[in-house]
Amino acid sequence: MCLLRELYGSGVEKLRIEQHNFTTPSNKKLEISTISSNYHIEVNPSDVGIQDRVVIQELIKTVAQVNQLDSSQRDFKVVILTEVDKLTKDAQHALRRTMEKYMATCRLILCCNSTSKVIPAIRSRCLGIRVAAPTVEEITQVLQNICKKEGLTLPVELARRIADKSQRNIRRAILMCEACRVQQYPFSADQEVSLPDWELFLRETANQIIQQQSPRRLLEVRGRIYELLTHLIPPDVIMRGLLQELISNCDGELKTEVVQSAAFFEHRLQLGQKAIFHIEAFIAKFMAIYKRFMEDNIADLF
Amino acid sequence: MHPFFKAREPGQSTSKEKADKIDKDSKPTRKHIPWVEKYRPRTVDDVAHQDEVVSVLKKSLEGSDLPNLLFYGPPGTGKTSTILAASRSLFGHEMMKTRVLELNASDERGINVVREKVKNFAQHSASGTTPDGKPCPPFKIVILDEADSMTSAAQAALRRTMEKESKTTRFCLICNYVSRIIEPIASRCAKFRFKPLAEEILCNRLKDICDKENISYEEEALKALMYTSEGDLRKAITYLQSASRLKGEESISKQDIYEIAGVIDDGVIDNLIKVCRSNSYEKVEKEVKEVIFAGHSASQIIGQLHDKIVQLEDLGDKQKSVICEKLAVVDKCLMDGADEYIQLMALLSIMMKQMSL
Repeated sequence: MCLLRELYGSGVEKLRIEQHNFTTPSNKKLEISTISSNYHIEVNPSDVGIQDRVVIQELIKTVAQVNQLDSSQRDFKVVILTEVDKLTKDAQHALRRTMEKYMATCRLILCCNSTSKVIPAIRSRCLGIRVAAPTVEEITQVLQNICKKEGLTLPVELARRIADKSQRNIRRAILMCEACRVQQYPFSADQEVSLPDWELFLRETANQIIQQQSPRRLLEVRGRIYELLTHLIPPDVIMRGLLQELISNCDGELKTEVVQSAAFFEHRLQLGQKAIFHIEAFIAKFMAIYKRFMEDNIADLF
Repeated sequence: MHPFFKAREPGQSTSKEKADKIDKDSKPTRKHIPWVEKYRPRTVDDVAHQDEVVSVLKKSLEGSDLPNLLFYGPPGTGKTSTILAASRSLFGHEMMKTRVLELNASDERGINVVREKVKNFAQHSASGTTPDGKPCPPFKIVILDEADSMTSAAQAALRRTMEKESKTTRFCLICNYVSRIIEPIASRCAKFRFKPLAEEILCNRLKDICDKENISYEEEALKALMYTSEGDLRKAITYLQSASRLKGEESISKQDIYEIAGVIDDGVIDNLIKVCRSNSYEKVEKEVKEVIFAGHSASQIIGQLHDKIVQLEDLGDKQKSVICEKLAVVDKCLMDGADEYIQLMALLSIMMKQMSL
């Protein structure tokens, strides 16, 4: 946003939300909401799932074919595409030539979490700017600035703890800070930082798995995983959370094996359709590994 | 004075100013053209390094006839440029619009389009003369760029069209992977392989551009460009342009190129290997998180790790082979969209195990 303001002046802040309609070749109607001003348009094409290619083609063409009328401004418009790494391969291929063709009237800003999932053809057409996550110190600093502006006093230790738990995500840190404020004010240095509910839930689930390894426990765990999934926690987040919790509880030798199986099932999860199968398979596999290890150990003792 | 006139007068003057501005602005806009387009070869002779293709094309240009063509090769080797240059020399700039149909992956290219658009275009016969009476080849060209991303159904629909319309139309298919073109189509075309550009040719081209754009550079920077672009001229030129924008008047150094290309600092990679040697899972985990939070892409890490591991001397061949196999698996998983953190952990834990043997 700041960059756009530099480019076009304050006109860019007059935002409006628009609904765009597209029709796929198979006559399916799509709807996507975009945020736009006179100079730019921001869209998250992955909202429409696998039909994102149509959106990209139509949208960029319509935006790019209109020249900027006001010649006092820059002579190109900006299209911001967010979550490019979630685009299908089809859509990314569609981007390739479109980008070059409309270079004169339209610039693209692509945002993504990781370039691993962006095809090389696009990467070679862009100037990559790596944005590193803020360090713990930076987050602490920001939190303290915010609190100062809000007229609150924030102990350094608390700020640091919040920053630690935020996984270096500044949005999350600010929200957590706000939650703390609601919970208890004035802040005390040893105040508990509340984690999101689902994280606690996941941790409990992991503990249950460690406690007992049996088909019945697996059944109970399945119920809990289903609950997480119905609350729309993404399966890969569940998988990563589970892995981190489980691995902190097991022995050095086991870790390699557990990580291997996690990597295997997570890959399957991305390819497959129903996440529950793969998460459950991972849990069952973990139980097997863990139990065998425990039994071996006990046998060694005698 | 009537307010109506008052309002009017400044309006008039601004419109004049604007007109002036447009004239002024139109020149700097030229500057914004990406160099990739600016330095696209204009004639077939300009195409670098692809001697066989060029000689065959030139012969057929002399005879004003073309076979159906299939160009394949890695990106940035001049496939699209070659056919554009060839058709320009065949038809001239004016006739290009009516005689050449260029379709690429950004256009809709389902089976319907092949059936209707391509067929319609192909069916109209072309005369042997230009509107102003000069002779010109009596056929049209359909360029299907990025043909490997066409569905096989759409390719199948092309088969008969290609033969039936051979009187009036030549097809030129361009793709990266010839294996993704269905056999019947491939057998109907003259195949040309485009080789990756050799280093000296890349180097000469880049130097050429640097001279024309008045850019100062260090020799090292060019070497870095060669290394990062891997024979892809387009990539090299894009990097060069980005770097020159970044530095403005100053000369471009090796470090700038690496930064733009997203190459990770050697220190980071060395660090990863070091923590693997420490044989402590916690340290590895901490380092991996650090690297991912720093925004490095896992595929880049894997690529550079591979380079390093192959050169490590204290590892046996067997250990290396185990690690490399895992590298391949992880790479494939990442391509399929698996989670970076878990995949990297899996890879590094294997490395850890192998190194402690």
